[in-house]
Amino acid sequence: MQESLEAVFGRFQGRSEELIPILQQVQEHFGYLPKEALRAVADFTRVPESRVYAVATFYAQFRFRPIGRQHIMVCRGTACHVRGAPRILQELEKQLGIKEGETSADLEYSLETVACIGACGLSPCVMVNRQVQAKFTPQKAAQLVRRSDSAAASQTH
Amino acid sequence: MADLRLTIDGRQVVVAQGATILEAALDAGIYIPHLCHHPDLKPVGICRLCMVEVAGRGMTLACLAPAEDGMVVKTESQQIDKVRRVALELLLVNHPGDCLTCAKNNRCQLQRIAAYVGVSPQRFARLRRTEKTLPPDDSNPFFLFDPNQCVLCGICIRTCDEIVGANAIDFAFRGFQTMVSTLSGRWVESSCVSCGECVVRCPVAALVPKRYQQPQHEVQTVCPYCGVGCTIYVGIRGGRIVAVGGDRQSPVNQGRLCVKGRFGHDFVHHPDRLTTPLVRRDGQLVPVAWDEALELVARQFDQYRGDAFAAMSSARCTNEENYLMQKLVRAVLGTNNIDHCARLCHSPSVAGLARTLGSGAMTNTIQDIAQSRCIFAIGTNTTAAHPVLALKVVEAVRRGAKLIVANPKHIDLDRHATLRLQHQPGSDVALLMGMARVIAEERLYDAEFIARRTVDFDAFRASLERFPLEFVEQATGVPRQHIVEAARMFANHKPASILYAMGITQHTHGTDNVLAISNLALLTGNLGIPGGGINPLRGQGNVQGACDMGALPNVLPGYQRVDDPQIRSKFEAVWGCTLPPGPGLALTEMFDAMLRGQIKAVYLMGENPLLSEADAQHAERALRQLDFLVVQDIFLTETARLAHVVLPAASSAEKDGTFTNTERRVQRVRKAVDPPGEAKPDWWIICQIAQRLGASGFSFSHPQEIMSEIASLTPIYGGMAYQRLEPQGLQWPCPSMDHPGTPILHTQRFATPDGKARFVPLDYKPPAELPDDEYPLLLTTDRSLYQYHTGTMTRRVEGLEVLDGQERLCINPHDAAAMQLADGQQVIVRSRRGRVMVRVKVTSSCQPGVVSLTFHFAETPTNVLTHAALDPVAKIPETKVCAVRIEPLDGPPQPGLHQQITDTTSCAGR
Ligand code: SF4
Ligand code: SF4
Ligand code: SF4
Ligand code: FES
Ligand code: FES
Repeated sequence: MQESLEAVFGRFQGRSEELIPILQQVQEHFGYLPKEALRAVADFTRVPESRVYAVATFYAQFRFRPIGRQHIMVCRGTACHVRGAPRILQELEKQLGIKEGETSADLEYSLETVACIGACGLSPCVMVNRQVQAKFTPQKAAQLVRRSDSAAASQTH
Repeated sequence: MADLRLTIDGRQVVVAQGATILEAALDAGIYIPHLCHHPDLKPVGICRLCMVEVAGRGMTLACLAPAEDGMVVKTESQQIDKVRRVALELLLVNHPGDCLTCAKNNRCQLQRIAAYVGVSPQRFARLRRTEKTLPPDDSNPFFLFDPNQCVLCGICIRTCDEIVGANAIDFAFRGFQTMVSTLSGRWVESSCVSCGECVVRCPVAALVPKRYQQPQHEVQTVCPYCGVGCTIYVGIRGGRIVAVGGDRQSPVNQGRLCVKGRFGHDFVHHPDRLTTPLVRRDGQLVPVAWDEALELVARQFDQYRGDAFAAMSSARCTNEENYLMQKLVRAVLGTNNIDHCARLCHSPSVAGLARTLGSGAMTNTIQDIAQSRCIFAIGTNTTAAHPVLALKVVEAVRRGAKLIVANPKHIDLDRHATLRLQHQPGSDVALLMGMARVIAEERLYDAEFIARRTVDFDAFRASLERFPLEFVEQATGVPRQHIVEAARMFANHKPASILYAMGITQHTHGTDNVLAISNLALLTGNLGIPGGGINPLRGQGNVQGACDMGALPNVLPGYQRVDDPQIRSKFEAVWGCTLPPGPGLALTEMFDAMLRGQIKAVYLMGENPLLSEADAQHAERALRQLDFLVVQDIFLTETARLAHVVLPAASSAEKDGTFTNTERRVQRVRKAVDPPGEAKPDWWIICQIAQRLGASGFSFSHPQEIMSEIASLTPIYGGMAYQRLEPQGLQWPCPSMDHPGTPILHTQRFATPDGKARFVPLDYKPPAELPDDEYPLLLTTDRSLYQYHTGTMTRRVEGLEVLDGQERLCINPHDAAAMQLADGQQVIVRSRRGRVMVRVKVTSSCQPGVVSLTFHFAETPTNVLTHAALDPVAKIPETKVCAVRIEPLDGPPQPGLHQQITDTTSCAGR
């Protein structure tokens, strides 16, 4: 972690105004903001660590837990809701064994919900790693999980 | 400044300029509901409960609006009621309302406001209540944070920022989710220093101590730990200490405390306390009655009168007890072999400053530090070792003062520093003389002060030639421009204050370091003025007092020299004895004398040299060789286990007396609870032994009588009497009963014979043992905020053990990588004298090539490693620098190892 942080900090001067861009780059590197990294950012910018955390939590763009390799976002907008989003979410939760907002212990899946993703015509929608999957169903949910599980398994062999 | 007159609710109110309407009202006893206001903090106006009406101006927040002359204020009207009712209801919506079982019941501000404003049951029932409950954070061992109770007043956040400077908490998240949080949410994993200042200020039960009982009554006394000497109120119930709070009136701490002073008192009631005298029989320490133990001690001491006897007094005992100890040693046992742990901490300050200024104590007061325009903190990890004093540094910085921190380690104070100098351990003389050279060359010195109040400037100036900046840069490792910058900053911001501690003194050239500090302060004319001064921060609670009382081999009470016949005859007349004329042995010399068989009997009070002495195995061998060793303590310390007789003493919470803090303030220590079992105050024990040795002059029935004798013989304590120490003590010198005490030393003249201060030319001497091929790393020692000295007290406080219960070898990430050491890995640290096993902590707080350990932990006795090379003047060992190497240990820890190193580990399992 030390080296990666030093690489990020190398692009900045350590002024407190740089806090947000620094946090963005740190997140880009790690996929989230690890606690130790936040401490290092505090040291580097001489902004108190609690302030760094306050700023980071204020913005929705920052996350504080690692995100799964499969980042699943279930749309909860009106259109999707009407066409069965709750059942899709339920099924995904069941299949993955995690609740909304959580990441599986093996860091394979993260499950989140979002407000309308702007593809109402294709509703109900689910996004997997930023790709929209249209006309989603609970059956597809099960498939999605099985598919990526076997993919992950074949990768490790 | 003229006072202001205003009218509040038809009442005439007079208040000082600068007060707000709320302060004016509260001052006059007029209640205005308020939640986010706290008298110690800047107002922010976020709760909107303090709404008032000002004639001609309408509604305003009383906590923000300055009071003005002629103002007419109303605190009650329909409109006010409407506004604050809404504000209150919005708070109550989210508040649990289980008042009867709430920890803050009866002391809660929200309760008080609700009662005052009045909440109608119908409306309350209609308010939509949130069902969501957030998990409380109970990670801190001493207090609990329950976000569900929190009213978001921000008092805790502002306390931690404005007063403590730890900045551990802030408002995190946003909107309805907003909550008080540390980085990542868990209190213990943050920069929180567990001082509890936020807890005492929280108006509701969001932050509460984990263990709290309302005390039956309170006793004002002094914190048993460090030399800051904070005044505390000890809350007692059923004969036990149940709560401790700071004394807001105290000029020392204004109510503030650190984690040890607020939460670290459990040791007093710990089951390990010694409760009966112990005598060694067939190799075992067995309990006996006081009479038997005292008889034995007296009989034995009688055989070792003269220089075969030595005593180690204690910086944790009162002035009265230290006075009696040195009186016993000198007047009854006929030797000057008395010393105490000041030898290991500030003997160079006493020796060095006595030479240059005539008096070896802090020249200014703690409060004064906040007035400085520049603070130079060198060799002091102030926030860890003198936490409440460090708050004054933070305060000064907030007022715009410059802060220069010089420390071989990266310390917490650095966060507040204007300039940080990370010099090589032991290179202080070079650094200080380098700064002096810049000041001399750039003519930034105070020529008028130098001419009027000092001597030997020319010789000193000539010696600066020996410190060209290239050399200084190379010796200290500090870039040249930083040295120049520091010199200018220090010289250009007057008054400037120098704070220092053991990073300066614990060296073979400790006295030179102190002289270099003295030179720098004299050069810039920073003595005898408020906000200036040379301020050695004393370590243990009464170490200043133990020195003042003459628990030193060369001086009688009040630094009156034993080799001065006139002084001796003054004491001889009162004590009715003949005093030994020559100085005795220093603590560090006593151990050699024991090994030589010259010292045969030792009386040791409240000391634990087996862990505190440099080259501890040497000390242990010496003590084991004694014919007779008496240890008097509150616990069976590592050292006490070697004793022939162990005498159970009362802790400072169990007796009356006085402590003198680091700013020379003599303060009352008061008995709060009874000692456990048969334990007795040290003064009583000393008197008993003296009387059994046939001595007169030891029949005291209360420490107050001892203080009268001290005052009669000790000019600097001449005006000290218990009734005069109420309520906030007196600072010496205080020569007579009508003298108000002396906050700042040397305002008119120095305490030298000619009244002038002395410059001292200096040379650079490197530390006695530096790294080489065989021992490539430099080991320095430091302190943890959560532990104290050899841990006899703090390690018996469970919460402190949770916060920091284990020794760690701090090592720079680059060194760790080079040696392939991972964080938490077990290693052996070896020096030429011994070895300890410890886990490593990889941290950039250490510079490459430097590692550090504390000395608080018996299971890793750091001082078996340190070097007992002595400063030639002060005879302090160089515990800040020695050479070590690290041997990685694979596999699980081997518990048997310590036994081979030293057999002092038995109390370690706690
Ligand atoms: S206990 Fe002290 S350091 Fe910790 S959050 Fe509260 S005020 Fe800050
Ligand atoms: S924890 Fe207490 S002091 Fe802090 S914001 Fe909440 S109510 Fe105020
Ligand atoms: S700063 Fe020292 S005297 Fe004050 S509370 Fe802490 S340990 Fe006690
Ligand atoms: S509601 Fe789901 S995409 Fe718009
Ligand atoms: S006390 Fe004035 S707004 Fe809170």
